[in-house]
Amino acid sequence: MRMETGGAEKKWVGGPLFTFSPLPLFPALCKCYHSPDKPNHSKGGHMTKPVRFSLNGTTTTIEVEENRMLLWVLRTELGLTGTKFGCGEGLCGSCTVLVDGAPERSCQLPMKSVAGRKVVTIEGLAKNGKLHPVQAAFVEHDALQCGFCTPGMILSAHGLLLANPKPTRQQILDHMEDNLCRCGAHDRIVKAIETAAAEMRKGVRS
Amino acid sequence: MTRFSKEILEYLGIDFPSEVSRRKFLKILGGGVVITVSANDLLALQEAPARRRFGRDLPEDFNAFLRVGEDGRVSCFTGKIEMGQGVVTSLAQMLADELEVPLNSVDMVMGDTDLCPWDMGTFGSMTTRFFGPPLRAAAAEAREVLLELAAEKLDVAKDRLEVTDGIVLNTADPEQRVSYAELAGGQTIARRLDRKAVLESVENFTIVGRPVKRMDSVIKVTGEAKFAGDIRREGMLYARILRPPAHGATLGEVDASGIEAVDGATMVVDDELVAVLHATPDGAARAIATVEATWERPELDLDEDSIFEHLLKVAPAAEMLDRGGNLDTGMSESSGEARHTYLDGYVAHAPIETHTAVAEVADGRCTIWASTQTPFRLQTEAAETLGLSEDKVRVIPPFVGGGFGGKTANGQAIEAARLAKRTGRPVQVAWSRAEEFFYDTFRPAAVVKIAAGVGEGGRITYWDYTTYFAGARGAEQFYDIPHHRTTAAPGGWRGGPGTHPFATGAWRAPGNNTNTFARESHIDILAVQAGIDPVEFRLRNLADPKMRRVLETTANRFGWLEVGAPSGRGQGIALGIDAGTFVGLAVEVDVERATGRVTVKRMVCAQDMGLVINPDGATIQMEGCLTMGLGYALAEEVRFSGGEVLDANFDSYEIPRFSWLPEIETVIIDAKKDPPQGGGEPAIIVVGAAIANAIFDAVGARVYRMPMTAMRVKQALKRLDL
Repeated sequence: MRMETGGAEKKWVGGPLFTFSPLPLFPALCKCYHSPDKPNHSKGGHMTKPVRFSLNGTTTTIEVEENRMLLWVLRTELGLTGTKFGCGEGLCGSCTVLVDGAPERSCQLPMKSVAGRKVVTIEGLAKNGKLHPVQAAFVEHDALQCGFCTPGMILSAHGLLLANPKPTRQQILDHMEDNLCRCGAHDRIVKAIETAAAEMRKGVRS
Repeated sequence: MTRFSKEILEYLGIDFPSEVSRRKFLKILGGGVVITVSANDLLALQEAPARRRFGRDLPEDFNAFLRVGEDGRVSCFTGKIEMGQGVVTSLAQMLADELEVPLNSVDMVMGDTDLCPWDMGTFGSMTTRFFGPPLRAAAAEAREVLLELAAEKLDVAKDRLEVTDGIVLNTADPEQRVSYAELAGGQTIARRLDRKAVLESVENFTIVGRPVKRMDSVIKVTGEAKFAGDIRREGMLYARILRPPAHGATLGEVDASGIEAVDGATMVVDDELVAVLHATPDGAARAIATVEATWERPELDLDEDSIFEHLLKVAPAAEMLDRGGNLDTGMSESSGEARHTYLDGYVAHAPIETHTAVAEVADGRCTIWASTQTPFRLQTEAAETLGLSEDKVRVIPPFVGGGFGGKTANGQAIEAARLAKRTGRPVQVAWSRAEEFFYDTFRPAAVVKIAAGVGEGGRITYWDYTTYFAGARGAEQFYDIPHHRTTAAPGGWRGGPGTHPFATGAWRAPGNNTNTFARESHIDILAVQAGIDPVEFRLRNLADPKMRRVLETTANRFGWLEVGAPSGRGQGIALGIDAGTFVGLAVEVDVERATGRVTVKRMVCAQDMGLVINPDGATIQMEGCLTMGLGYALAEEVRFSGGEVLDANFDSYEIPRFSWLPEIETVIIDAKKDPPQGGGEPAIIVVGAAIANAIFDAVGARVYRMPMTAMRVKQALKRLDL
């Protein structure tokens, strides 16, 4: 379809060019779709498939286009808005989640690549109302201001401590390098990670 | 009823000049004790132009109110918003102290245009300075009312009563006690604060002045804190909007046939706004990528290097800001002179949360959840756009994911409101990172020219300062100079049409970063000419005892060696004033001669900001300023070609990272007898100049243009060899 405008005096005005087709309403906060294993073809030609993975400790199966990025499925279909959109290109770290214990940029992670794996988001860290040591350390050190980059910071830090329980300051700086914070909370974030490392080594909880 | 009823009726009868105020007020007035606060003089002065512009009257409306509810909880309603600067905590602290209630019994309701009194916006480090005193007075007033109620209830003279943690007790018989909750129960008491209440003296503060952890930190570490993009409404659609490739480009043909390939995508055209809507944000993004359009681009031969010549060409004649003595006399008394031009580029706000909003239009009303620093301005703009009266538009600001001045502009929220009206569905607009870099209101590129002389005894004899497009903030100097003139191109940073190729606006401490860079670089240049160490040189030219104390504190804590520049140590110092706060910064840098790369190793910052409400919060703001300042000083610069912004994401536009982190030390000078001053911005203004001076001290090369990239430092080093 081609539409034309002919300069200032011929602007688009009036009703919508497309009438609304009945759209899917608010996507259900689906826990599980146990649908048949064969792929579904939607009208637009995109295939949806059931993707099964562990989400914050709960086995979850969701019928999605498997090339969709995890970030959007978490935020839209699964109602987990703690994982943030910051840049869309894996450059800022706000969307960081843990996949099998390693920090990954969920805006760059197609659903098909999380199949069968363990995903942990910021909502999955506190257990029974008790903050995870990394979260507690961020609170203790006031290691945040606007709080928008914070979930990604915490999960990146958690991933570091899982792999290296006793990081040096330099290792912390190197690991956190691509997590961006605009408010300038860096110094406190480093201190919080050092505190969390010490607490976790004491066996508070890992 | 009680003996207060007559008074109460009087208050209720006269307090509310407008129906809107009254309606808003009564809506939340579920009983209890309510105190409204009118602007103090300073706030009124600040707000007057904004109120006139937005058709709001001065001075009858009140600016905030607080309520002691029947459950004993204290609610504070203010039009300010929380974007990381911590006022959600500091304002609550002030109330808790004056009312003598535990901090955790205070609830802050911020920025909701239906519940909170009008406010011009959260910027300019003004919240604590201008809201602090009237809020404290309101709390003191509420305490008086509650004490009167308690005196009656306990049948004890008021002066025999004492309050601890919201419990009033008889000092002679501590068993005789009554809680605020019991006192507020069944009452509907409203008072307008119209006299100066007797405030708690600073010595009696138990919460103000003590470090307190942020009240919003737990929900921010668990992911529960809601930002605008986290709002979900039934039937909500996500929009992506067709964008021009350059500012000033006009739309030609559009081919939207491609969106048919995206299941569920729908196109909406509302005048010049061409949008694609989808039930998922990524679906909308995929759909907009299929839309093809032709654009007519204007010829504009400007980039980040040629902009300065252009700015000087279009600048109107400079206007006088300040003058004293006689420049000719000053020149004749000088034995050395320095004339230089300082340049500063465009800088982006780049908050990690892009401009985001959700709008819903139903039953003739519009509700907008927006990441905004100016909810009431947005209410007015949305009402005008939608053709609704203001009271039919409600703006609710959730937590704001960083603002720095950039979220005083609300383009995304207006787009969401238009699309919601058009479609009848709730619509979310969340700008992509590229849109954020394109539609940001950049800190303007600016030019500062300074001519100054130095004479006998290392005294500055004259100072002739002109600033173009940085704005006046921070342009006026504070040294003791007998002959001086400060002028600025009128129109502030925006200038007239055709000045900047894109939108510009306020960026953390607007103007002051550029002006302080120029002034403090020049002071160091004069010191070198006079052969005097930069700290000693400043002391010789500073009469103001407050600034001398800031300078001495900074230099002492840093361990400044008075050896004169360039010493090879890489030490640099700068002073400045912003938002009423006096600030000094000393830094130590390392310059890699082969590449020009600068590493800041240490920063020591001292500031005098009057009474500090939350020392933890103030320290965090200083650290944030110093860290963020590294960006504009060393790397941040928007690159462009005509109206096309070449930076679209964080791969090319560099902001400070963990590896940049210097050792940071902050000092807040004890000045609790003085009223509180701004804290969100001052410490950022001195970063550029202190680093420029440190680079000179390290390698003897002077950089006159920010950001001081490796390439520019290398060029400055090359000039030395010529």
